[in-house]
Amino acid sequence: MRKVACIGAGMTLFRRRLKETPKELCWEASRMALDSAKLEMKDIDAVVTGSAPDAFDGVHQKGEYYADGCGGFRKPITRVFTGGGTAVFSPIAAWWHVASGLADIVLVVNEEKMSSCYPHPQSVFAHIWDPILDRPLQPNLVWIFAMEMNRYMTVHKIKKEDIARVAVKNKRNAVAHPAAQLADPRITVEDVLNSETLAWPVQRLDISPPSDGASALILASADAVKRLHVESPVWFDGVGWCIDSTMWTDRDLYFPEYLARASQMAYKQARIDVPRKQIDFAEPYDPFDYKELHHMEGLLLCKKGEAAKLTREGVTQRDGDLPTCPSGGLLGIGNPIAATMGIKVGELYWQLSGQAGKRQIPHEIHTGVTNAWGDLMQFSSVVVMRA
Amino acid sequence: MKSKSRAKPKGIAWAGEELSQKQIDRGSVLQTRYRPEAKYSWAAGQAMSRFLEELQNGKLIARKCQACQRTLFPPRMFCEQCYRPTDEWVYIKDTGMIETFSVSYLDKDAKRITDPIFVGVVSVDGASPQMGMMHYFGEVTKESIRIGLRVKAVWKPPQERTGSVLDIRYWKPLPEGRR
Repeated sequence: MRKVACIGAGMTLFRRRLKETPKELCWEASRMALDSAKLEMKDIDAVVTGSAPDAFDGVHQKGEYYADGCGGFRKPITRVFTGGGTAVFSPIAAWWHVASGLADIVLVVNEEKMSSCYPHPQSVFAHIWDPILDRPLQPNLVWIFAMEMNRYMTVHKIKKEDIARVAVKNKRNAVAHPAAQLADPRITVEDVLNSETLAWPVQRLDISPPSDGASALILASADAVKRLHVESPVWFDGVGWCIDSTMWTDRDLYFPEYLARASQMAYKQARIDVPRKQIDFAEPYDPFDYKELHHMEGLLLCKKGEAAKLTREGVTQRDGDLPTCPSGGLLGIGNPIAATMGIKVGELYWQLSGQAGKRQIPHEIHTGVTNAWGDLMQFSSVVVMRA
Repeated sequence: MKSKSRAKPKGIAWAGEELSQKQIDRGSVLQTRYRPEAKYSWAAGQAMSRFLEELQNGKLIARKCQACQRTLFPPRMFCEQCYRPTDEWVYIKDTGMIETFSVSYLDKDAKRITDPIFVGVVSVDGASPQMGMMHYFGEVTKESIRIGLRVKAVWKPPQERTGSVLDIRYWKPLPEGRR
């Protein structure tokens, strides 16, 4: 397999509601990524794109609907979809385009416009559940998280205040991100614990918001990196993905086994045996605060049940020994599902190429890992990157 | 790597123009509205058809896989672990244990409700460990419900059952000490 680097990235603002159409959002993110890599669309061999359920936009086949905005015009284009996992999965799909030798330079574009579904995107989340077993109970998407969070907290005896620390850290980190929707420099643990209870144990400030937005990356082969004299390429060192049984009521929700397997796949490729020592920072997927902890454990960055302790001790702060979500995460920047690629793989690129500006981790970093998570709590995608 | 500050130059705005809820409510921004008309009729399939029929009879049924010796619930015609056909139907009990739960103040459309919904996963006695279904809990309070609580199904009267997971109204706590 050929070596693959990320050589450019772009994203739009993340907001509850943006004026731009999906096509326009894709165009803006793609243009920013192309400019950052000093490339034009003629240099792009293929386009890979990702977006979550069509029902948000209300346009089925939305991959084709917004394709023009991604430069998907007289070029090979592929849309991939693994629910929330798409945020890290479409870069993996772009990676295999380049690693296989099929393409030299690939543009990856992820888009989500959740505000089109009015008045709240929650009503279409109802359509992801099993029609026979689950849907007659009129489930709400938050239930998934509430049930998983409760199981995780109870098994490990983790206090809610230790989980709230993740929301506080990420919303504060997001202050330094130009695209952030919910940055808050003054938020406290008490604010999170006093926020409205939606579905206990989930409270309003435990959750990332629905958002509109788009993000883009440019992936290139080692040959292209050399030919283009790229100053700071960031290399894809390992990729992994895995799905568990769709019979989610038959699994113990306290640990994401599928993520541990996806991580092992990526770590084997990246020759990582001791993740905690060999990885300098992480962007675990954080649609809810407890998910960052759950994912740190699934990414094998600590022992089961230990992530809350690392957070409490400040290890995961931007200047800590293992910074997590230095971007501000989904909790602080927003959660336009697939487009969170810009704050996961995008942040790894910006951090490892020294372009993260005010968000830059203050000490030396060489290796980062990120994941995304989707479907009914059973899919995860993982990428390891090195400067 | 240390910062080289090649971030987007200051003064260049990141793309995107925010619209507020007020602008939408007042109709002060141009928009187009549409309500889709989509209806579905799902075939329940081999395993779920029998499962729903048995619910109408007031019973829970599972499938046994002889290879891994698991009693699979909800039932399926193939074992996803062994990737072979399952072998036989077996009735399981209508008692179990709360594996996890939530106390929800949100309805299906994320609208706020004052009387909470108690919902969670119940692992059912007779199925393999931790195998169960999502359902409601009743006759509990937010103080009394807990993970590990033993529960029993409360069935609708036979004439009201339709072959649905809703043929069970909810699961209620078993008195202490009762299996």
